[in-house]
This record gives sequence, structure tokens and C-alpha cells, in this order.
Amino acid sequence: MENFTPLSALIGGSFIGLGALLLMAALGKIAGISGISSRAIFEREGRSWRLAFVAGLLIGPVAVGLLLSDFSFSTPEFTLRTVVAGLLVGLGTAWGSGCTSGHGVCGIGRFSTRSILATLVFMAVGVFVASLF
Amino acid sequence: MHLLIAFLAGFLMSVGIAVSKMIDPAKVVAFLDLTGNWDPSLALVMAAALAVYSIGFRLIRQKAAPILAEKFELPLLTKPDKPLLIGAAIFGLGWGLAGYCPGPAISALSAGSIGTLGFVIAMIAGWYLARKWPLPH
Repeated sequence: MENFTPLSALIGGSFIGLGALLLMAALGKIAGISGISSRAIFEREGRSWRLAFVAGLLIGPVAVGLLLSDFSFSTPEFTLRTVVAGLLVGLGTAWGSGCTSGHGVCGIGRFSTRSILATLVFMAVGVFVASLF
Repeated sequence: MHLLIAFLAGFLMSVGIAVSKMIDPAKVVAFLDLTGNWDPSLALVMAAALAVYSIGFRLIRQKAAPILAEKFELPLLTKPDKPLLIGAAIFGLGWGLAGYCPGPAISALSAGSIGTLGFVIAMIAGWYLARKWPLPH
């Protein structure tokens, strides 16, 4: 457990909650990153605010990198595994109407039965797959 | 004003993803993989995000409408169905394989990694295919 980073986890998690809350308080929208990003690409209606949200997503880590001198993170190799995983994440979040943000934070946060179930399923499968492979 | 708020919301969320290190797929896999050197950090990220959101949501819902919009847009579906469960399982499969869910993958694009870009392009292809062939209820 020497990699455990409780303080940054709690601070980062609070920022995630705050950002999602801002979208609900001001615009009345659920902050589901898979839904917003896919609709920004594939739907004309409501594209501008969704693109603005995605722009914010893209720029956030750049700002963190400028403020924190020791900020760095690993990225995956370009492999068949990475591409297959991306395809599965795309299919699964579209069919399952959400991902970690939409179901895991916003959905559970308003005690939605669908989101609690979905989160239990993707967590359980994620743990199973990551532990086996 | 709508655009600025939407930008700020996305910005705050990806700052959180970056600060909590969930932007690093190795960190996410270290949480999901119970057989290795287990890292419980992601549980605290979720707990903090949920605490902030669930309390805030209760307060917000006491108002009749959002500050800048006519109504709260909440999902119409309330009962679990087959697409939800099958979709969540397929998402979990991909998440466990790569350690990326959509938010961290998109947030990490600025690092300029070809692996991240490949993941995101494949994810967009997945969105396209799932929209083209919706699962029957």
C-alpha cells in the first residue's frame, strides 16, 4: 500500500464533485463525460456547450502541470490491448448510458437504482479483469 | 455564459482527475488489481466526489430550476434493463484491460501519447457503433 495517496485523492475527488455540481446547479445537466463527449461529436443540438465542456477537460491537466512542478503521469503503449480496451469502453458506456462520472458520481450521488447497479457491475468486472490479466 | 460554465465544469473535473492521479492508468489498475500492490486511492476519490455531489445535489434540488436554465434534465429511465447491465459489463472489461475510463483518457490527450490517442479514437468508434446498433431492451 506504499502507493496510497489519500490526501491528493480526497482533494482531486472534491474537484470532480464540484465540477459536476456546477453543471447541475447552473445548467441542470448531468456531468456524464461519456454522454457529453459522444453527443458533442455525433449530435448537432447542444453541441456548443458540450464542446466547451470537452475543451475544459482537455485543458485542466495542462493547468495542473503549470502549477505543480512535480506533476507527471504514465500513458499506455499503442498496442492491440489498448485499442480493444478503447473500443469496449466506447461500446459499453454508450449501451450502458454512462461511465464512472455519470453513473459513479452523478447517478449514485442522487441515489439512482440504475446507476448504483451499473457501477457495481463495471467495478466488479473491472476488478476481475485487472486482477486476472 | 452557458459556454463558460460548461468549460469551467469540464475544467474542474479534469483538474480533479489530474490531482487525484486518476489520469494515470497505472494508478487505476493498481486499485482494480487486487492481486498486486493494492492502492486504495481511487476509493477515496469516489468517496470525496460522491460526498460533495450528493450533499450539493440535495441542496440544488430544493430550487425550482437551475440558475441559467429552465429545468433540471434528469434521466427518464429509472428501472434497470438489459442494455444498462450488458453495457456496464463491457465497459468494465475495457476499463480493467487499460485502466482508462472516458474522463481520464480524454484529459490525458494533452500529454501527446499515441497510446492515449489510439484509445480515444477506438472509444469514439465504439460510441459510433453502439449508436448505430442499439441493444434491444
